[in-house]
Amino acid sequence: MAILEVEHIRKTFGKTEVLRDISFQMEKGTTLSLIGSSGSGKTTLLRCLNFLETPTSGIIRVNGETLFDASVVSRSREKEIRRKRLHFGLVFQSFNLFPQYTALQNVALAGELLAHEREDWRQNRKSIRQEMQEKASHLLDQMGLSDRKENYPHQLSGGQCQRVAIARALALEPDILCFDEPTSALDPELTGEVLRVIRSLAERHMTMIIVTHEMAFARDVADTVIFMDQGEICEMGDPKDVFQNPQKERTRQFLAGYAGV
Amino acid sequence: MQTILQQMPIVIGALNTGFVQTLRLFFVTLLGAFPLGLVIAMGSMSRLHVLRGITRTLVWIIRGSPLMIQLLIIYYFPGLVFHAPIWGGGESGRFQAAAVAFIINYACYFSEIYRGGIQGIPVGQEEAGLVLGMTHSQIFFKVKLLQMIKAIVPPMSNEIITLVKDTSLARIIALQEIIWAGQSFMKGSQGISGAIWPLFFTAVYYLVSIGILTILLQRLEKRLSYFR
Repeated sequence: MAILEVEHIRKTFGKTEVLRDISFQMEKGTTLSLIGSSGSGKTTLLRCLNFLETPTSGIIRVNGETLFDASVVSRSREKEIRRKRLHFGLVFQSFNLFPQYTALQNVALAGELLAHEREDWRQNRKSIRQEMQEKASHLLDQMGLSDRKENYPHQLSGGQCQRVAIARALALEPDILCFDEPTSALDPELTGEVLRVIRSLAERHMTMIIVTHEMAFARDVADTVIFMDQGEICEMGDPKDVFQNPQKERTRQFLAGYAGV
Repeated sequence: MQTILQQMPIVIGALNTGFVQTLRLFFVTLLGAFPLGLVIAMGSMSRLHVLRGITRTLVWIIRGSPLMIQLLIIYYFPGLVFHAPIWGGGESGRFQAAAVAFIINYACYFSEIYRGGIQGIPVGQEEAGLVLGMTHSQIFFKVKLLQMIKAIVPPMSNEIITLVKDTSLARIIALQEIIWAGQSFMKGSQGISGAIWPLFFTAVYYLVSIGILTILLQRLEKRLSYFR
């Protein structure tokens, strides 16, 4: 069974149609790359999946559970939306770390706040907190940031910030981790360290959707690539096919802009 | 003819009494204007056009006219126009009127600083909190509040220091604050008349209290400098 099913998602802002009839599925443990020029709707699609935007119509299912159905008019309560959101993680282009917290606190914070809702929070407050800290610490080790845990975001490089942000998203164990142009705000020499981390996650079969302009990376890491154009899926398939033998003229034009891929 | 040295204890005693009134007005204004400013800030950011219009007009009027006129209107208007003096007689009535005028005036200034602080936080902070499953109140208290406080400390420090000196405007309705106390020795009070130095001497009180405030506010600013 597909881990994610997206059916006929449309999104309009006023009269502008940003997404028109987007449908796709993805399997657990695979990596999906979204490519396309600016304004093609890639980011809006990610934001819809993370409930930062509400699709105008369409259905989103995760593990067979319908998380969103525009045809069912429901005023979901905040608590319910929050629970649904946790199926997804999102890594932002601009990191959006919390500046007043250390790297470790950034990673541990949301988990601790969620633990407040557990029934045993009152009795086991200390041990739960301890557990969260250890988990956060372990994640930062995995990101190669063992010696940066007590640093504040402004003391870290862009690449380090983004790796903290990835650890922060992983801490809540999302089913699907989304990346919105994770290296676009970085100096070229810092993109490598972030891409390496994402690649290692792919090797460990984390389910991921990556919006990126790094074509070589999209080709090498993704199991599937989707080329979006003007709010539609123009072409979708195995990266080798799409990159080497694009079927649509629009895809060819787009890829021609990235010489040497 | 007394020497200044002989006059000193009498003058200091009177100035101290005046200064207590100055401090009372200062602290009461802060206590009232901090929360009222937040309410006005919320109003000026409201999604309701009418509410936003009303609060922004209020802020425009209050910031656009002299505090001295506001003091005079609030103190005299009810009695002269409606023949309903709502302020009790004497010093306590004057204090109440002054406190109301100052609180409204400073709340309007604070509200604009708050609004800048709230709107200055990048929307990405809210979104990061949301995708991490935080509630709106958790995002406000755990993520945004400290960033907001950090952003507003410098402009608020400015306003707070201005307030120390602005309290002297209450002299216009004869509130017996420190300027009033200093001036009284010009006309004659407690056997001293024609002395202008007590009025000048009040400046020392302002300088010292603003010096102390500046140090405290700088400390607060420094304590928040561990993040950017």
